[in-house]
Amino acid sequence: MSWTMIDTWIVVAGVLSAVSCALVGNYLVLRRMSMMGDAISHAVLPGLAVAFLLTNSRGSAAMFVGAAVVGVLTAVLTQWIHGLGRVDSSASMGVVFTVLFALGLILIVRGADSVDLDPGCVLYGAIELVPLDTVDLWVAGEVPRAVVTLAGMFVVDTLFVMFFYKELKISAFDGQLATTLGINAKVMHYGLMTLVAATSVAAFESVGSILVIAMLIVPGAAASLLTDRLGVMVAFSLLIAVLCAVLGHVAAITVPVWFGYPATNTAGMMAVVAGVIFAGAAVGAPRHGALSKAIHRAVLSVRIAQEDILGMLYRLEELGGGRGSSGAVAGVLRRALGVGPIVAGLAVWRLTRTGQVQRTDGRYVLTGAGRADAQGLVRAHRLWETYLVKHLNLRADHVHEPATRLEHITDSAMQERLSDRTGRPRLDPQGKRIPPGSPEDDADGR
Amino acid sequence: MNERDAHNKAEAGTAADGQGAAGSSRGGQLTSGMVKPTVATGDEHPRNAPLSIHDMTVAYHRKPVLWDVDFDAPQGKLIGIIGPNGAGKSTLIKAVLDLVPKASGRVLIYGKPYRKQRGLVGYVPQRESVDWDFPVNALDVVAMGLYGRIGWCRPVGRGHKRAALEALDRVGMADYAGRQISQLSGGQQQRVFLARALVQDAQLYFMDEPFAGVDAATEQAIVVLLQELRSVGKTVLVVHHDLQTVAEYFDHLLLLNMRIVATGPTSEVFTRENLHKTYGGRLTLLDEAAQAIASKGVGR
Amino acid sequence: MRLWFAVVVWLWVLPGSAWAARSLTDSTVGWPGADQLVRVLTLRDYNTRVVVIGTTLLGVASGVIGTFMLLRKRALVGDALSHATLPGIAGAFIVMVHWGGDGKFLPGLLAGAVVSSVLGIGCILAIRNFTRLKEDVALGVVLSVFFGCGVSLLGVIQSMRQGNAAGLESFIYGKTASMLASDAWMIGGAAGVVAVTCALLFKEFSLLCFDEGFAASRGWPAIGLDVAMTGLVVAVTVIGLQAVGLILIIALLIIPPAAARFWTDHLLSMVCVSAGIGGASGLVGAGLSALVPRLPAGAVIVMVAAVLFVLSLVLGPSRGVLVRVMGHRRLGRKIGRQHLMRAMYERMETLGSVPAGGGSGAENRSVSWDGLLGARSWSPQALGRLLKSGGRAGLIREAGGDRYCLTQAGLIEATRVMRNHRLWELFLITRADIAPSHVDRDADQIEHVLGHSMVEELELLLRDRYPQLVVPPSPHTLNGGGA
Repeated sequence: MSWTMIDTWIVVAGVLSAVSCALVGNYLVLRRMSMMGDAISHAVLPGLAVAFLLTNSRGSAAMFVGAAVVGVLTAVLTQWIHGLGRVDSSASMGVVFTVLFALGLILIVRGADSVDLDPGCVLYGAIELVPLDTVDLWVAGEVPRAVVTLAGMFVVDTLFVMFFYKELKISAFDGQLATTLGINAKVMHYGLMTLVAATSVAAFESVGSILVIAMLIVPGAAASLLTDRLGVMVAFSLLIAVLCAVLGHVAAITVPVWFGYPATNTAGMMAVVAGVIFAGAAVGAPRHGALSKAIHRAVLSVRIAQEDILGMLYRLEELGGGRGSSGAVAGVLRRALGVGPIVAGLAVWRLTRTGQVQRTDGRYVLTGAGRADAQGLVRAHRLWETYLVKHLNLRADHVHEPATRLEHITDSAMQERLSDRTGRPRLDPQGKRIPPGSPEDDADGR
Repeated sequence: MNERDAHNKAEAGTAADGQGAAGSSRGGQLTSGMVKPTVATGDEHPRNAPLSIHDMTVAYHRKPVLWDVDFDAPQGKLIGIIGPNGAGKSTLIKAVLDLVPKASGRVLIYGKPYRKQRGLVGYVPQRESVDWDFPVNALDVVAMGLYGRIGWCRPVGRGHKRAALEALDRVGMADYAGRQISQLSGGQQQRVFLARALVQDAQLYFMDEPFAGVDAATEQAIVVLLQELRSVGKTVLVVHHDLQTVAEYFDHLLLLNMRIVATGPTSEVFTRENLHKTYGGRLTLLDEAAQAIASKGVGR
Repeated sequence: MRLWFAVVVWLWVLPGSAWAARSLTDSTVGWPGADQLVRVLTLRDYNTRVVVIGTTLLGVASGVIGTFMLLRKRALVGDALSHATLPGIAGAFIVMVHWGGDGKFLPGLLAGAVVSSVLGIGCILAIRNFTRLKEDVALGVVLSVFFGCGVSLLGVIQSMRQGNAAGLESFIYGKTASMLASDAWMIGGAAGVVAVTCALLFKEFSLLCFDEGFAASRGWPAIGLDVAMTGLVVAVTVIGLQAVGLILIIALLIIPPAAARFWTDHLLSMVCVSAGIGGASGLVGAGLSALVPRLPAGAVIVMVAAVLFVLSLVLGPSRGVLVRVMGHRRLGRKIGRQHLMRAMYERMETLGSVPAGGGSGAENRSVSWDGLLGARSWSPQALGRLLKSGGRAGLIREAGGDRYCLTQAGLIEATRVMRNHRLWELFLITRADIAPSHVDRDADQIEHVLGHSMVEELELLLRDRYPQLVVPPSPHTLNGGGA
């Protein structure tokens, strides 16, 4: 891999377009309007076309304005068809952007006589060409023109988000409240849409059409999985955007080489890197990731299985009439618990390790410590049954299920409160003895 | 007691009331119109009223859902808006707040249109109306109540945060200020909404079913809060479902079923007859309510 | 300057079709002559015939399956799907070239497209079900990341020495006008499969659209049905993509059903109307682009569909804007008129001047302007307007001295309004448990909504319970007796 000044400028352009898109894209994600990014970036075509036909120049400024106007028009028309025709909002978006796109196409085909078609530089955007077209800034020397444009766009986006931070927040969260407070949610909506359109157009020329959408949506979506604070989410999304651009370019010039091909285009790889980061966040995010959720569930189910085993062994002892006399083999335990072999195995393993259960003659029996814990659980269960029958007037044969769920979250203080509320009963509704919770009770109960 | 109430009261027992309140209040107006011009009444009376709705009709699609609503809220009272499902209770509030268009009628808040009086009005929407996965914590949500006052472009300052925290404290939620809102229980979410309304420091509050789906402790906390608000002279309108608790919670009622059935102090309008007119044939429900009336006694 | 490149991207994204359309009409310059028109209209030209038939069938197929997608609020799934085919196509090309084959072996490329679009759907479902993100984000992420992946692969392909990549992109983005007979056959086959499947599973699909949870709880294999429905969309998208291009196929999946929604509230007829609109767009669009030089077929088809959509939006009898706006204004006028009628009648009632049975003396009982103004919240201007329009309708007459009275017709109308009003009140009182769906006070005659027996019952009740309250007699009898 050889890094040149050209690579640096490519990365700078990529970073700037990615962060500007990600900044406004956050709010699209929050408003559940991600596809609006898609719609706007398709629909700006007629704006570009009309601007070109009117000014007959390929100068950026006119095209920029034209595209931004049509971008806003997309938002307005979508809203209009949605409200006026009661068409589902995603469908009305689909109608608007496909039609505008087709219109733009016809305009260009009919209007521009000899368009110099060069499909080679097309979809990929022209980020590789960015360093070639420079302007001379007297402070910084030769700087690629696209970098200047994108930097300007980023500044505008940043100022907008900074100044209207709380207005954007409230109108995304609760438009009705915003309206009753006198903050016009509609103005914020169209302001945001204007900015999305302008940013899309600015970024469009370097990262290409569809990839604008990747930069609009994916960083915000990934960031929203990583945090529960809006400010942090915005910061994360910017960080992810930078990572996408840098890693995207590095990947574009290295990964294909591993397989014996020359470098591929940067824009595509930026989207791929964004996808990888998103997948990483979706799986590995600390709180909302699939992995952490799965682990949390697994830990919980093992804990519940452990407690169920303790309770079951205790009840078996009650039935068998003596301590250490009964116990159960592993297979019976598993079938009675109704959980998978892995969960049951883990539960038994942990119980043995903590010394609550021991294995004698192939059967599992409670140890002294285990019996004390089991006693607490059974006590909680039977107190809950009593409580549910007494205070919620449930039938005695209906309370086992809820009590089974509640026993796992009941500590000894709660047991005492339950016991007090139910008049310190000795027997539960089915006539089974409620085990004592403390030594005095124990003595009392004998 | 204002004049309109007097009318309602005077007519409460008469059979003419049988035609329902829209008719009766119209009749009342006509009678007063004969004594002195109603225009004058219309002008001088609502000036002081926190909320004065005059002749409001609201239509969704092709059907009117609220007809001929005339209502003046008395100052400093807890007012319950009672009626069956689909009676237009939420619609009434939304129409007052300009969230849905009115087909006819006039709404004045302390004698002026709502647009000019936003600062005096606090609104607690139904809980389902927002996205609870939104990345904000309880404190942020409460601080949103201040956004209107902070003004455009200015950030939320430390003082605002302190005010928000105080409001959270008042609803017993200060410990949860940093929690993301989806991690709060239904009752806690409702309290956050209440705190948001509190922080607005409004004179007139609208609450859309604050008791829906909350636990008993929250319900009690909300009631205490409502009474506090009343004690400092705020006026609160609450959409409420549970007939059992109506007499206990509210001083003043607005019985609604697509039109106003009756309005007035709870002791006068919370009668079996009025309920029957509001709820129609749902007798089991009414019997429950009748029991409630009998056992608790109305009008404290 | 760069922007222009972007324009070029767009140009190129859609059609191949754009340029191919020209090839049909290369012989002519400018607008078509009559001869040309006849040739196209009669489908005499083999190429035109294939293209027109192919696009029409595609329109029908996508119109049918699009209806179900629209009703499931998944209109944009087709968008994500069609973008997600790209890495599959590019990947298949690379794999095939590596195995030493011709990279452009059609079934292989289509298989690749199907695989990657199915993978895309899998990702959408995974994001929706296993994270807290919503559908829109899932679509956007899958769409852009898959497309980016495809673009990267295309970048690799372009630098491959083996295999001829030329034309691969145009294959992806459509080549409407150079459609071959085999393409048309394939589209026809796909359309047939879609139509037959939808016909067989119509009941199941409609249940799925209406209430997925209920369908599952009733023992329908909801997931299997979902797979079948999505599979049809994938089929239409993949077939359509290579025939007509990315944006066009999205448009054909969304616009016809959205337009059909304005015409009917009935699912079966909506499917039919949608298929018709889709087919008509394909037919007219392809025909136009064959007639006029330099009109890209794909874009023209979308524009035709758009015109049909706008017409439906405005004129549709079921949900059309015109119908609704007119209904709304009529409602406003009607409410105003009814308020006026009731105010007049009630004033007369309090003055004790309502004639029993609608006697002819009614015309002399007048009501003052001030009394009317005080009766409701209307402004003097609004009241003036209402009185004027009442006068024009022959219901109200000026009695001089700022007083107004009802004409004979006005009295009948006011009586009707009052009667409806009071009976509805009673209905709400006695039958409130079923009220909200029935109450339509706006109905001309209460009998129309509630039926005669119910009205009679209400009248009896009213007489029994509230003897003091006068229910104006039915205007039917009034009319007969008075006039």
